[in-house]
Amino acid sequence: MQTTTDEALIARIAGGDRLAMQVLFARHHVRVYRFVLRLVRNEATAEDLISDVFLDIWRQAGKFEGRSAVTTWMLGIARFKALSALRRRQEDELDDETAERIEDQSDDPETALSKKDTGAVLRECLTKLTAEHREVIDLVYYHEKSVEEVAEITGIPAATVKTRMFYARKKLSELLKQQGVERGWP
Amino acid sequence: MNAIEKEAPERDEIEELLPWHAAGTLSRRDAQRVEDALARDPELARRYTQVREELTETIHLNETLGAPSSRAMENLFAKIDAEPARTGAASRRSGVGFSGFLSGLTPRTLAWAASAAVLAILLQAGFITGVLLQQNPVGYQTASAPSTAPGVGAFTLIRFAPQASVDDINKFLQANKLSIVAGPIPGGVYKVKVADRALAKPAMSALVNKLGHDKVVGFIVTAQ
Repeated sequence: MQTTTDEALIARIAGGDRLAMQVLFARHHVRVYRFVLRLVRNEATAEDLISDVFLDIWRQAGKFEGRSAVTTWMLGIARFKALSALRRRQEDELDDETAERIEDQSDDPETALSKKDTGAVLRECLTKLTAEHREVIDLVYYHEKSVEEVAEITGIPAATVKTRMFYARKKLSELLKQQGVERGWP
Repeated sequence: MNAIEKEAPERDEIEELLPWHAAGTLSRRDAQRVEDALARDPELARRYTQVREELTETIHLNETLGAPSSRAMENLFAKIDAEPARTGAASRRSGVGFSGFLSGLTPRTLAWAASAAVLAILLQAGFITGVLLQQNPVGYQTASAPSTAPGVGAFTLIRFAPQASVDDINKFLQANKLSIVAGPIPGGVYKVKVADRALAKPAMSALVNKLGHDKVVGFIVTAQ
């Protein structure tokens, strides 16, 4: 039973309440970590980043105006930190070309399918999407964010969010097809 | 233009909403639109099945990513400890009196403060009433009536699992003849009476262990 709302915790954190910070951290750090990890693909970096994310929450709690859900605000901070870390690392995210190289190294579609079930193939293809596509899929499916909330986190218009999700799914279908899973779409 | 061509733009629009429909994050109006379209369009319904598969596997993938080590929390609180103490706002306000203090608060903070004040008054009123009732019990009492004094009995501190519904918790309390006597305290912890008389340590440990295995319990410890 969740008895103290995130908003109430943020108000207490704004007043310097460490216990409220511990509760907020305990409640959300795993999801924030997974969101960051899916973007930066490095566990040590993701772990460092979540400390930074929650430190920003500690510092900025007094400025939180409650216009969005606390989790939306947190994921927005987490995204900014993750992208900054990626820029610092100067590592290009997995683009289509890289994904194709990985596919070339893998088993042929029939062998791949015979080894795993469709769910496992789907999960593998989810990891091969670009960072942009992984992000929108995770926000919608795993973090249960609405169109408007994804728009706020990613800083793009709501219409673009829908289009990006559509193309992420389309790319996923193409990757599945290359792995021998024909979905009849697109 | 035939009927199918006319419906195409709306179908595209509905199809774009399918992921949010599967995740349950659409408005009631949009959800109804999608439901209506799914009922009349078998191809759309087939694609919706694919969306649901994607949702299931995305959750599966994320849930297998594990969790950060305790190092993350240790680092965070080490950084927080290194932060300057938050005395600036307080000292700035102290010189301008109570009205200055109030005017220095944002409307949101003010609303929270007001709510907290009301809650504190209600709790105080409840406490005073409780003390008075305890000192001057109303009605009559037989000499053999069991003690119902709030301090008598065996108690635990329980935090319920986040996914536990109010209904689940009520059933758990009734099934085990428990009653919440205080809380929640910060951290969402409740003081729960587990017996009308004090229990010996082994009996209490066994009871705590048994209750702790229930899915509605997040954590449980013996309370004084």
